[in-house]
Amino acid sequence: MDSIGTPLLRMQGINKHYGGVRALEDVRFECRESTVHAVLGENGAGKSTLIKVLSGVVQPDAGTIELGGERVTFPSPAAANRAGIACIFQELSLAPDLTVADNISITNPPKKLGLIDHRAQRRIAEEVLARVGGEDIHPLTLVADLPLSRRQMVEIAKALARNPRILILDEATSALTAADVGKVFAMLKQLRTEGMSIVYISHRMGEIKELADECSVYRNGRYVASFAAGTKSDDAIVEMMIGREYSNVFPPRSAKVVEGPPALSVRNLSWEGQLNSISLDVRPGEIVGLGGLDGQGQRQLLLGLFGTLIGATGAIEINGVPVKVSSPERAKSPNIAMALIPEDRKNEGLMLPMSVRDNLSFAALGRFTRFGVVDRKAEAKAIDEMISLLQIRSDGVDGPVASLSGGNQQKVVIGKWLMNRPRIILLNDPTRGIDVGTKQELYQLLRRLAADGAAILFYSTDYDELIGCCDRVLVMYNGAVIRTLAGAELTEHNLIASALNLPASPTPGPGLAMAHAGAAS
Amino acid sequence: MSATDFPRAEGRRFWEGWRHTIGGHRGLLIAIAIFAVMFAVYGWKQPVGLTSNIINTAANKGVLLALVAMAQTVPVLTGGLDLSVGMVFVFTNCLAASVVVGGGVQTAAGIVAVLAAGSTCGLINGLIVVYGRLQPIIATLATGAIYFGIALILRPDPGGSVDPDFADFMTRSTWGIPSSIILVIAVVVLIWIPYRRSVLGRAAYAIGSSEQAAYMSGVPIARAKVLAYVLSGVLAAIGGILLTCITYSGEARAALGGDYTLNSIAAVVIGGTSLFGGAGSAIGSIFGAFVMRTVGDLLFVFDMDPLWQPLFVGVVLLLAVSTGSLRLLRIRNKLDLYR
Amino acid sequence: MKNITQMLKIDRPTLIAFLCVIVLLLLGALYSPNFLSADYLLKQLQVASFLGVIASGLMLVILLGHIDLSIPWTISIGGMMATASAGFFGPQIGVPLAIPFGIVCGLAVGLVNGFGVAYLRAPSMIFTLGVNAVAQGLMVIHTGGFAPQDHATDATIELAAGHLIPGVANSVIAWFVVGLATVFVLSRTGLGRRIYAIGNRERAVFLSGVNTRRVVLTCFAISGACAGAGGVLLAGYANRSYQAMGDAYLLPAIAAVVLGGTSVMGGKGRYLGTVVGVILITILQSILSVLQPQALLAELGMKLPAESVRQIIFGIVIVGMLLLYGREKAIR
Repeated sequence: MDSIGTPLLRMQGINKHYGGVRALEDVRFECRESTVHAVLGENGAGKSTLIKVLSGVVQPDAGTIELGGERVTFPSPAAANRAGIACIFQELSLAPDLTVADNISITNPPKKLGLIDHRAQRRIAEEVLARVGGEDIHPLTLVADLPLSRRQMVEIAKALARNPRILILDEATSALTAADVGKVFAMLKQLRTEGMSIVYISHRMGEIKELADECSVYRNGRYVASFAAGTKSDDAIVEMMIGREYSNVFPPRSAKVVEGPPALSVRNLSWEGQLNSISLDVRPGEIVGLGGLDGQGQRQLLLGLFGTLIGATGAIEINGVPVKVSSPERAKSPNIAMALIPEDRKNEGLMLPMSVRDNLSFAALGRFTRFGVVDRKAEAKAIDEMISLLQIRSDGVDGPVASLSGGNQQKVVIGKWLMNRPRIILLNDPTRGIDVGTKQELYQLLRRLAADGAAILFYSTDYDELIGCCDRVLVMYNGAVIRTLAGAELTEHNLIASALNLPASPTPGPGLAMAHAGAAS
Repeated sequence: MSATDFPRAEGRRFWEGWRHTIGGHRGLLIAIAIFAVMFAVYGWKQPVGLTSNIINTAANKGVLLALVAMAQTVPVLTGGLDLSVGMVFVFTNCLAASVVVGGGVQTAAGIVAVLAAGSTCGLINGLIVVYGRLQPIIATLATGAIYFGIALILRPDPGGSVDPDFADFMTRSTWGIPSSIILVIAVVVLIWIPYRRSVLGRAAYAIGSSEQAAYMSGVPIARAKVLAYVLSGVLAAIGGILLTCITYSGEARAALGGDYTLNSIAAVVIGGTSLFGGAGSAIGSIFGAFVMRTVGDLLFVFDMDPLWQPLFVGVVLLLAVSTGSLRLLRIRNKLDLYR
Repeated sequence: MKNITQMLKIDRPTLIAFLCVIVLLLLGALYSPNFLSADYLLKQLQVASFLGVIASGLMLVILLGHIDLSIPWTISIGGMMATASAGFFGPQIGVPLAIPFGIVCGLAVGLVNGFGVAYLRAPSMIFTLGVNAVAQGLMVIHTGGFAPQDHATDATIELAAGHLIPGVANSVIAWFVVGLATVFVLSRTGLGRRIYAIGNRERAVFLSGVNTRRVVLTCFAISGACAGAGGVLLAGYANRSYQAMGDAYLLPAIAAVVLGGTSVMGGKGRYLGTVVGVILITILQSILSVLQPQALLAELGMKLPAESVRQIIFGIVIVGMLLLYGREKAIR
């Protein structure tokens, strides 16, 4: 551990609470120059709140922040920016209707005669985009027209353009392609040698191992420990994060083969060039995974099955009966009985200000209403059962669902759909941003549901998860299923190789190392 | 394969940039096109043709609404709305009928006073919306009532006067070009374009696009919003002064203020500005205002029974709004319909 | 304050609005004890009932996160169609049909609104504005073409001004019925849940398999029907219908809903709040017209026209009350 000189940043005694919930309690954090400092912890550990305090988005109730030895306060993000702190947020801070160049220089643009100098601004954008590895992004594109991975590159470029002393990345690479991640890492390492202090939050252990010099662990809003990277084993780290002994155990796959027609059968599904003649079957009791690099059509496939796509061609059969899934309303209907756990739980899965109870019963209201009137007793009974089944933890189920942790929120989304007794369950990257403990519960739940006869189609960006949970994995590339892996063939190496559309080989080649770094967790 | 791989990379990027600029201003260009067609038809159908007088009258009426529409555009860009613009317009009209008199220096001082009054109204709106954190619709609804009340105090009955030289100068045409058109161009060049290229002006767009993102980026939200409402007040005041020059009096009529407010919203929408904020331009609103005014004139010129006029205006408005729905045909994923 | 609101199960805005009503009545009582008489209060209730019926439908639309600016001329349509129905259908059918006909015409306007907002995805503010203009156009033609029947039928008058219960006008009973139905829909039905949910996050509601378009259409239809019903009541109260009879009701309706605690962004608000808001607005307007504050100010040496002071006070009160509880959360 490099102990030369005082740390550039020192936070001590930080307290922050929201209502009755203690988000941070007597927390401390230090980082030095020329260092990548990783912040580790489960969801609900307080990492995001700590970062928000540091970047001026929220104010701590107590505690001090010292920058370069001097006491500072950040009453707003603008103040933190001025002090040389730039943060790359998980929820992007880009204005969709403005151009890339406008967004990058949104505060403090180059000026001519008191007005914005657009030419100089464009040059700045081109420069910094090139530094980050996003040369393909045209500075005059509207951010709204960019896919998520490009937007994240712009977000990174924007932070860099501020020439900060401290650069914070909060799950900043979650939407990037593996190639982009490689470029970003190279840039971060370069910045480190130039003296920048980098704070890095991520759930992906592979990234942490590659980048971090020092690590700090937080748990339940409290500081646990700091140590130099490489001095603790993975298990030891996870133990610090969850406070108990831990092993990533996936429930055993079932070897049963179910008779009869597949629950879900798709033939030649195509749409707008993003889905190319996809055919697949999912039998009752099966958990089928969707793999492949990000953005190969996996999300569109799930949305298409659920009925939101217009102009899709191809045939879908449910239990051998041809159906037309024209809308989510149709998909939910009893003779199709589909459920979709969407990728963005806050905007697509929940009504955040409404109570946990109202959210839970929402998709299944039809079951509790007679002539439009809600039978409150039946509804309450079903809600209570679901809460105990999924072990949803909250301070009060009548409180807004916004106050729950990410993992519990996801449980509410799943519970909402389970109330409908779906026979086909589609999941769109359900464990993203969820703590380790809840993930385990989810895996157990999925296997139980499959054992009860549900057919599950499951898209995940986590290779461990695909291998551990799924009976089969369909690897997608360019909107088509190019490979099916099952049994002994279902290995991380084969998943990566297929994702890159390479022939699977028995031993991994050196060229796969970069993809590995970005994809593994 | 990036753009730089192409042989004439510079040229390609130039056209891409140009394409982006045009695409970004699509709404404005459509508004201009609609207006051009309508006005051409109007001129063609005029029994006496497009005389200087006809153009002058049309211009004066159009610019009145255009100024109020520009005033409405700025708060709309921030994602808000100003339901008091019509009342500020009426209020400044009444004030101008009292103070923009007496020739030379006194008139100039009166103009400054009226502009100051308009900006004060805007400032009050801005402070209530930003620091009071009230929804703009309701806040400006209430302040509009207050401004109208003050207008009534100034002019319980229609009356007052205005410096005749000044009024004549503002409402006549020189070599066929109406002064009011020059006024609007001057407002665009001296106020709108510098505003749009300023940090706070761009901040307004950012706030309308995503206030959360703007906050996290450190954009000065309070200052930008307050400025937007102040600017709205100033522009409405300019309109009020012009109205005084045209009518040679001040009148506190609630229906007039309400009319202008609602028509300004319509003009803003027709001009291509999004009511959600973040995209659009005051220049588009100018053309939107002219489209609205020309519709009425077209009806007159086509000898349409005056009884049918209000219905026609309403149908045109509905159609204009519904054309925005044409983009629905291009939607390929229903999820995109919902925010 | 928190304990009281929890005890009585009403929220803060409703409580504050209610307290304001009491304060206003007491202020009025200082001027004249008549302000607390049963006569006066029941009269105010009658006047409030018209606004109350209109605000009930409007509240549903606002809960969705939309707004209905076609209320002024939908009210006129309701009133004018109710009085004209005898002329359209002949006295045999027309007279008994008068009241339902007015309401159905309002419903039709609401359906057009709902179609534009739900299916064409037009912004509700501008679309209902356009519908308002079209409605005005239709009514102008209607009255300009030939001498329309503009006298209210006996039933209409009875509904607005009659007294089934001695002392309590029938229109108040009508408001009570409408209010009961609204509360029931909002709190006990699936439709009510969906309304709140759409106001919160329409995207999530769509992905939960709900037909959001139908809900939006339904709410606008109800809003139109309520506005039409308000017009029918007004025609009965005034014994006739006339142009622009609805113009004076748009802003008070919006203000009543908002002062009652319903958020303009949608997703939040209780009907009891709207009731209190309606009463508050009615009492405020009444007191301002009776108290003649400009007379007081004249004694202080300021001669001001009556209407101006009313307007200013109206505006200040709304801003003041909203500053108390209508503030949005700060972003941090």
